[in-house]
Amino acid sequence: MAAYVALVRAGWRRWSAYRAATLSGLATNVVFGFLRVAVLLAALDAAGPIAGYDRSTAITYAWLGQGLIMTLAIWRWVELATRIHSGDVVTDLSRPVDLQGAYLAEDLGRAGYQLVTRGVPPFLIGAVAYDVRVPGGAATWLLFTVSLSLAIVVSFAMRFVVNLGAFWVLDFRGLHGASTVLVTVASGFAVPLAFFPGWLETLLYALPWAAMVQAPIDVFLERHTGAGLAGVVALQALWSVALLGAGRLLLHAATRRVVVQGG
Amino acid sequence: MTNLSNDVVLYRRLVGARIRSQWQYRASFVLDAVGSFCMTAIDFVVVWALFRHFPALDGWTLPEVALLYGISGIGIAVADLGCGHLEELYLDIRSGKFDVVLLRPVSTLVQVLAADLALRRVGRVLQATAVLVYALAAADVAWTPARLALLPVGVVCAALLYAATFVLWAGISFWTLGANEVGNAFTYGGNTMTSYPLSVFGAWLRRLYAFVVPLAFVTYFPGLYLLGKDDPLGYPRWFQFAAPVVTTAYVAVALAFWRFAVRHYRSTGS
Repeated sequence: MAAYVALVRAGWRRWSAYRAATLSGLATNVVFGFLRVAVLLAALDAAGPIAGYDRSTAITYAWLGQGLIMTLAIWRWVELATRIHSGDVVTDLSRPVDLQGAYLAEDLGRAGYQLVTRGVPPFLIGAVAYDVRVPGGAATWLLFTVSLSLAIVVSFAMRFVVNLGAFWVLDFRGLHGASTVLVTVASGFAVPLAFFPGWLETLLYALPWAAMVQAPIDVFLERHTGAGLAGVVALQALWSVALLGAGRLLLHAATRRVVVQGG
Repeated sequence: MTNLSNDVVLYRRLVGARIRSQWQYRASFVLDAVGSFCMTAIDFVVVWALFRHFPALDGWTLPEVALLYGISGIGIAVADLGCGHLEELYLDIRSGKFDVVLLRPVSTLVQVLAADLALRRVGRVLQATAVLVYALAAADVAWTPARLALLPVGVVCAALLYAATFVLWAGISFWTLGANEVGNAFTYGGNTMTSYPLSVFGAWLRRLYAFVVPLAFVTYFPGLYLLGKDDPLGYPRWFQFAAPVVTTAYVAVALAFWRFAVRHYRSTGS
């Protein structure tokens, strides 16, 4: 267990080394935040409230999303795939810790650092510039913490599975590109899932991507209550377990049947 | 001038070789292109998901917004196809591999540009073209010779503007030695921005994308003319035809900055 704790710390420290990159990335997230808010507000001006989103919930949605980009690393994480292609993954496999556990531990450290530096600041800047909707009750905050933690695990587990695809395909770029577009739209990052037609919303909400972005945002915005709320978080937990399990199975299959390149 | 024509000939040769080499893996190329077409098609679904809820955004209907999306989309897709790999130039600068580029008696920019070509991104070009075709079919454009001429000018200028932006940010990486996410705010971010009418954005964002990185001159302003719309922002009417001039000036700045940045290169210490 001590090894995993050390890996969490290492993940944090590793990302904290690139301060200029953190700052420039943060600036980018903030500029995009203003862009997205402007489009959403123009849409609300034209349509009135859409699917329960009024001005302050739409603003809050956009800034939470901007904060989640790096906290969840939803777009660019090809570390494992790169190590699979170079053959370095053999070193990872020969270490006396579980490969998936080790990557998860490091990713939790990364997520913690990114939450502080790239997750909270865009939201605070958004809160200064606009009226955001902040939940009042401690229960919502507590549940949001749980939901956000689960979102981080689901996001890691999904990236782990997608990266493992590099064992089978020679060019990982196609797989990565497909996964990037899917997560952008199906997670509810680009527009709230509720903006889609009902059948599509229901379908997308049931898929694992919604458990990353839309679920924690919905908890924060208190869009569900009672059983519905419990269901959202339970679904996140279910996807965490299922995707981590799928990752283990795939890794098992890969190490049994696939010859690692680069040797 | 002979230098420039030499550069053009050389660039065509080098890129021709890249295309031929990538074309060797035909099945892989077709799969990649089809994949990237389908994937970027999802991108437009987002615009559609918004427009389901209202007839017009700030006075712009879905086909009209699709016109902006199409012009900007083709522009960024073409620029990304030819220059997207500049985003990774910082790796060569950091490791000192850029030395090799300086040793050859050919323009540094030509070498760097010809070093790679993401032919598979042709799928994105097709997707944006499809959106533009839809826009032209569905929007009410009262075609005149001037409008017919302005459309391709807008598309070409958009591609050049995005390409120059890639070059500018690659130049900055000579100092930062790192990946530059800020650049994305003007390439991919600029694309998001210019897919919507300029009037929905606040004053500082408008100025940023109209006068600092002048993307509005290749999409929004010509778009107003193509659709015969009045500009609620009250910018001068000649802005609608200024794309070639603004693009030429911007490209010149990018090229000058590139030469300045290359002179700054100090290689690695060891």
